[in-house]
This record gives sequence, structure tokens and C-alpha cells, in this order.
Amino acid sequence: MPFNRRTFIGSAAVTASLLAAPMVRAQGKPRVVVVGGGAGGATAARYIAKDSEGAIEVTLIEPTRTYYTCFFSNLYLGGFREMQSLGHSYGTLAAEYGINVVHDWAVGVDRDAKTVTLAGGGSLPYDRLILSPGIDFVDGAVEGWDISSQNAMPHAYKAGSQTELLKAQILAMPQGGTFAMVAPPNPYRCPPGPYERISMVAHLLKQSNPTAKILIADPKESFSKQGLFEEGWNDNYTGMIERIGPDFGGANVAVDPVAMTLSIDGDVSNVDVCNVIPAMKAGRIADIAGITEGNWAPVHAADMSSKMDDSIHVLGDAAAQGDMPKSGFSANSQAKVCANAVRGALTGSTVFPARFANTCWSLIDTDDGVKVGATYEATDEKIAKVDGFVSQTGESDEVRAATYRESIGWYDGITSDMFG
Amino acid sequence: MRIRIAALLMVCVAGFAHGEAGGDPENGERIFGQCSGCHQIGEDAVNRIGPQLNHIFDRAAGVAEGFRYSDGFKRAAAGGLTWDYETLDDFIENPRALVSKTRMSFRGLPEQQDRDDLLAYLRQYSASPENIPEAAPTAVRVDHAVAPEILAIVGDPAYGEYLSGECTSCHQVSGAGDGIPSITNWPNTEFVTAMHAYKDGVRAHPVMQMMAGRLSDEEIAALAAYFESIE
Repeated sequence: MPFNRRTFIGSAAVTASLLAAPMVRAQGKPRVVVVGGGAGGATAARYIAKDSEGAIEVTLIEPTRTYYTCFFSNLYLGGFREMQSLGHSYGTLAAEYGINVVHDWAVGVDRDAKTVTLAGGGSLPYDRLILSPGIDFVDGAVEGWDISSQNAMPHAYKAGSQTELLKAQILAMPQGGTFAMVAPPNPYRCPPGPYERISMVAHLLKQSNPTAKILIADPKESFSKQGLFEEGWNDNYTGMIERIGPDFGGANVAVDPVAMTLSIDGDVSNVDVCNVIPAMKAGRIADIAGITEGNWAPVHAADMSSKMDDSIHVLGDAAAQGDMPKSGFSANSQAKVCANAVRGALTGSTVFPARFANTCWSLIDTDDGVKVGATYEATDEKIAKVDGFVSQTGESDEVRAATYRESIGWYDGITSDMFG
Repeated sequence: MRIRIAALLMVCVAGFAHGEAGGDPENGERIFGQCSGCHQIGEDAVNRIGPQLNHIFDRAAGVAEGFRYSDGFKRAAAGGLTWDYETLDDFIENPRALVSKTRMSFRGLPEQQDRDDLLAYLRQYSASPENIPEAAPTAVRVDHAVAPEILAIVGDPAYGEYLSGECTSCHQVSGAGDGIPSITNWPNTEFVTAMHAYKDGVRAHPVMQMMAGRLSDEEIAALAAYFESIE
């Protein structure tokens, strides 16, 4: 067991210094503050704490006590998962990894003083700051919609109560009613997400409301796994789903959350449920920190450090990094590269070259899973794609069922990797 | 079920050695091809990814000498699980239903006849009737020759630990393996061989072909060294 010795020495050293002079030690240790406890932030915090074996003080700021993963939340809509199964606590990160988990909002960053301000008061000093705040929505992206209308027209693009609200609305639709989605423009979180959601809504409606219609207003010419989704929709949800692309006004939409109408190119329809997924931008703290350019925070590929501040790293959806899609898998992958680099910078540990990967699974119908994935490397300019694959149309039932089982295994794997 | 087993045992007493009871050992030998990526049986059989299966009938679970069992199997063993026809039959039907969180990534044989055939084959290697085997990782038979000089590379487990970040987005370090196989505690040779089989396109999985495709021989050795070492 080559690691036993090192682990033992490491923990013995920590114990000894705790007994000797805790205050001196606390002041002397390098400090990492992580903002956002999702796939990027939780992974980065865990890896830095785990691999530094107490040599780095890690604080994780995350407002929610229970984190509901956005990935797999569509499966809740389709009836394949319970919401509870998507919830994760930070208890293990605190108890087993010694991470200081602070349930609060980070509302300010003083880059000169190197401190993060909390909504609840107080501030936290850092040597390195890792921002992994996910997404927020671009103001005015969909005419007639703002955050005050999210109860009438949910986005359900941050998992939790919004997802539960959307499902309740779908189940309450009148027979033969219309579910509408306003799909987002690129780039956005989880490229196949809106289309997996359409599949899951269709699956749900097929059982509870088979004459219902699904209408998608889409500003994009094409979308992720399009051939696979369209094949599945034709085979399993025949005649249910209509997608209006930009050629027919899919980019020119407005909503009225009071009247419950959707206007596409001036053509107004009454809808029963309207899932508005607006254009996205980096979570607000990235903007507050002053490290964004346009909607996103540009980073160096080698270590995910901000191009505007060497002491700040940005992970996941919020980062403008190059070729990787905005996904939980990507954020988790970037977090490990970042953790290795941050640890190296603060403790002198070996820094290995960056390498990234992503795979996105989607469920189309029962036991009908598909996936797309790629590997990436760091170049001077960006994170660049190396190799990739996508599921094929016309695959056998066995292959699709195996892909779905694999996706469940992946969910368990990545959530263990995030939360310990 | 009880009746079938009772009948089987009588036949065994009468004319053992080949388990004609309900199973065809020749077909069982073919089915064992699904197991042989991880398990050996017969003369010279040794523990590999999974424990060797000689004398599995009547053996307590989790006792193959020199094999590092998963926590799942240690628990099952502590609970007194013994391999007899019934427990083996249940286990092979759905390994995870009987013993959870093992490293045995095998979905099971749903057909009773297949299980009877397989058990008939296995029983030829046990001294007396009764009983079954237990755990082990991914179960695709590897027929892939890797050059001895590649197998001889001694990997750096510290580098392997870093590289393993690419694996642990899916594969769990705990060794749990539902949907995504366990890759912990494999013997070095099997790990390296499997990764080269993906890299060379012999094993079919597209994600693994992609992930292995860009690993160098040294990086594969490093990963093998790391995953072999972790608890």
C-alpha cells in the first residue's frame, strides 16, 4: 500500500501542529475559497482538501443546504427519478474532508485585498479564489419574461423547486393542451438538456395526456444529438412534437405570462404550460468580480485561471474556455485540472499537464439512452477538442438500454466524485 | 425451487461428477466464457480480477486465499453466506441482488437453464455438491495480446492518481459498480491488457476507446499501478 505511509505521516503532522499552535498554523496555511457547490466547485474543494492532506485551508460557499443536481432533473420530469434521489448534502465534505462549508451567498470580491464578502456579513480572505457559480439568465432575453414571471412560466434550468413546479404544471394540463418551450440560444448549460426535457415531457404526457401537443420555439438552426432525438420523437411520440426553428420565426418570440400566450414571429398561441429557458450568462458573482467579457469569464486552458486575474479560477458553465460544452461532467473534469494546479501553486506539489473529458447521456424514452462525448487538451489559446463520438441512429434496444444503465452508473460516479 | 434443489441433490448423490441434474456442463463451459475474463477454474487456476472458483460449492463466501474482497463480500461473508446451489443460483441470476456493492460487474444470467448449465460446469471442480462463487470486476473476456515489454512497464502510482481523475467521473473509487464497472484492485496485467484492448479497438465501448485512445503506455501503467493499490 504505497499510500499508507504518506497518509499516516500527513495526518500525524497535522495532529501535531494542531496541538502545538493552532492559531499560527491557521494563519500560515494557504487559503482557497470556492464559490459554488456544484459539479465544478464541490469537486475542486474536495480534491484540493483530499490531496493537500490538510496543508490547504478550503472554504466552500454554497447557499443551499441540499444541492439538487441539474443533470438527471429531466428524468424526474419523465417519472424515472424521484426528486429526493437528486439531492445531496455537504456533510461528507465537511466531516471527512475538513472543508469549511459556508451556506451563504458570495456577494462581493475585493481582488486587491483578496477577500470575498458574504451576504450574511463578514468576509473571507483567500490566496486563490475558485468561482464555479453556474449560470444566470440574460435580462430581457425573452420579451415579456423576467424572473418575476418564473412561477407562471418556469425555466426549471436550476434544479429544485422550479423543476417540481414545472412537473406539477405538466400534470395539471387539460387533456389535449399545449406544452410550449422557448429554447435558449448558444451557448448555454447542457446542450442536449432542452431536447432531453422535451423527450421526458412527451413520455409523461403520452401516459397522462396522450392528445397533448408539444411546441418548441428554437432560435438555433440545429442542436445537440438532433438526429438521435428526432428519430426517437418520430418513433415514440409520433405527431406530438412540433419544433419551429429560426427559419420560421423561432428566434423571434415573446411571451405573456398573465394571458399565458406565446408569440412566434407575431403569431400568438394560447399555451397551457410555457417553459421559458432564456439566454444565459455566467453566474452573477463572476460579473461582480469583474472577470467577465461579454456574458462569460475567459480562462486559460492550462489551469482554468481567469485571463483577468491570476489568483482567480473559473470552472464549469461560467467559464469561456473553448470547445467543451457547458455540462456537469465538463465542470467536474475542469475542477480536477484546476485543483491540481492550485495545489501545485500553493504547496509546490507536482503539477501534471491538463487533460479534460466530457460525456453527456440523454434519455429519450424508457431504456432508450444515447450519449455524446469528447476528450480535450489545453492549448495556449483554449481548451481544444481532441477526439469524440456520438451514439448512432438505429442502434439496437440492447445498446440503448446499456447506455441508459451506464448513465445511471455515471450519476452515482460523478456525485461520489463531487460530494465524497 | 426447493423441490428442484432436493431433486438435484439426490441425483448428485447418485451420479455426481457431471451434474446432469438440470444442467449441461458442456454448454456451461461455453457460458463460462462470460466469466473467464475475471475468474479462473480448473488445474492451475489462480485469483485474478476475481477469485479462482475451484471448490466453490460448499465454500464460505469471501474466503479464497490471497484474494482481496470488496467490502460487500466481506459483509456477506461476515453474515455467514455460504455457496450452495441455491445461493449460487440466486447470485448468478442477479449478482447485485444477493450481495450489493461488490466489484463484480456482471449483470447476471436471467435464464434458469443457463444457470443450471453453468453450475453444472462449475460443480465439476468442486469435491462435493452444493455451493457457489462470488465477486469480481468487469466481465468481458480479453483475448488481446499485449507485448511483454508493455506489460513490464512499472507505473508511477502518483501520476496514476492524478490521471484517475479522468476515470472517477464515472467509475467509483469505492469499488461500487452498478451500470459502470468497478476498476479497483485489478491485477496489473488485466488492467493494462483491458486498456490496450480499448485503445486498439478490440473492446467495443466508445467512451473507453476514446479515453484509452490518448493514454500512452506509461500512463496506462500508471493508472494500473494506482487502481491496483487503492483500498
